Amino acid sequence: MTVYKFSAAGSLTTGRTLYTSMLAGNTAFIDGSYESISTVTASGSSSSITFSSIPQTYQHLQIRGTAKSPNAGPALVIQYNGDSSVNYKSHYVESNGSTAYAGVGGTNTYGYVGYPVPGSANASMRSATIIDVLDYANTNKNKTTRSLTGYDTNNTVDGYVDIFSNLWMSTSAITSITLSIQGELFVVNSQFALYGIKG
Amino acid sequence: MAITYEPIATQTISGSATSTLTFASIPATFTDLILASSGSNSTLSDIKIRFNADTGSNYSETILLGSGSSAIAARGSNTTGLNHNYTNTSIAAAISHIMNYSNSTTYKSTMTRWNSATSTDPYTAVYVGQWRNTSAITSVTVFVGSGNFVAGSIFTLYGIKAA
Repeated sequence: MTVYKFSAAGSLTTGRTLYTSMLAGNTAFIDGSYESISTVTASGSSSSITFSSIPQTYQHLQIRGTAKSPNAGPALVIQYNGDSSVNYKSHYVESNGSTAYAGVGGTNTYGYVGYPVPGSANASMRSATIIDVLDYANTNKNKTTRSLTGYDTNNTVDGYVDIFSNLWMSTSAITSITLSIQGELFVVNSQFALYGIKG
Repeated sequence: MAITYEPIATQTISGSATSTLTFASIPATFTDLILASSGSNSTLSDIKIRFNADTGSNYSETILLGSGSSAIAARGSNTTGLNHNYTNTSIAAAISHIMNYSNSTTYKSTMTRWNSATSTDPYTAVYVGQWRNTSAITSVTVFVGSGNFVAGSIFTLYGIKAA
């Protein structure tokens, strides 16, 4: 089949372009399975990053980001649907560059998902975090997450690489996710993006 | 809807001896890059990555390994590349996430998971790495420490685009 696309300035014989595809030079619509939902970049005065009104149309969620704290010590933590009750449990496997160990984060008002680069490290350094929130819209089970996270400072301050697992003891569908660093402010250019994965 | 998770390029090792390959002219239109590989080496060796052809000692990483009998922590400082995998003629798989690669404000952070099933050095590993350079990443070079990639080894670079 021959496809013609006519320009507004042309006639039936001029100003037309011949195509051999029905796309006629346009980009094909591809219904993707991995979709970007939202991105938040810290301005330097942000104590938390929240993804709200999360569509319930995906199977899983993934959060990808980089972060820095102005101080040392705080962890990157997660809360769902604004729940700040003692409904979270975490455990982890970790390397600090010299010792490998496993631990339990206990039962808390948040789940541990990583560490930002501490404030004493070079201003250009950022941590890396990838969080998978599985079956987030299901209302029949508690919610589990896996986090792969860490930072390295070229041995100038410290460095950690961690695998975290979290449990949110609620069967509610997740409609919002808040990341924070335990009362500290995210340093400017800390950034997190939320993605939806279709099942 | 625009494609969010998109293959940029794939390189498959042919029969000729190849010890290095490069993904060049990487579009700056994505947010993160992912390098996924499945392959093997002619001899037991690291497989490493470099950015923008930087061969200087501008890389570092913090390491967590499982050997099957123990958990191991380690650190590499002022190195000339970041570890992507470690294997011999046994097939090994690896995924390296290169975060926020096109920004020109921060150093570049990476997260790598790999596994190798060699009979003498079987490991599962996770690394966090850093390239101390604020330049946007425009090329990724993959190279072996010694020997060559075995024919059939495959490396694919993906781009992830945030909203």
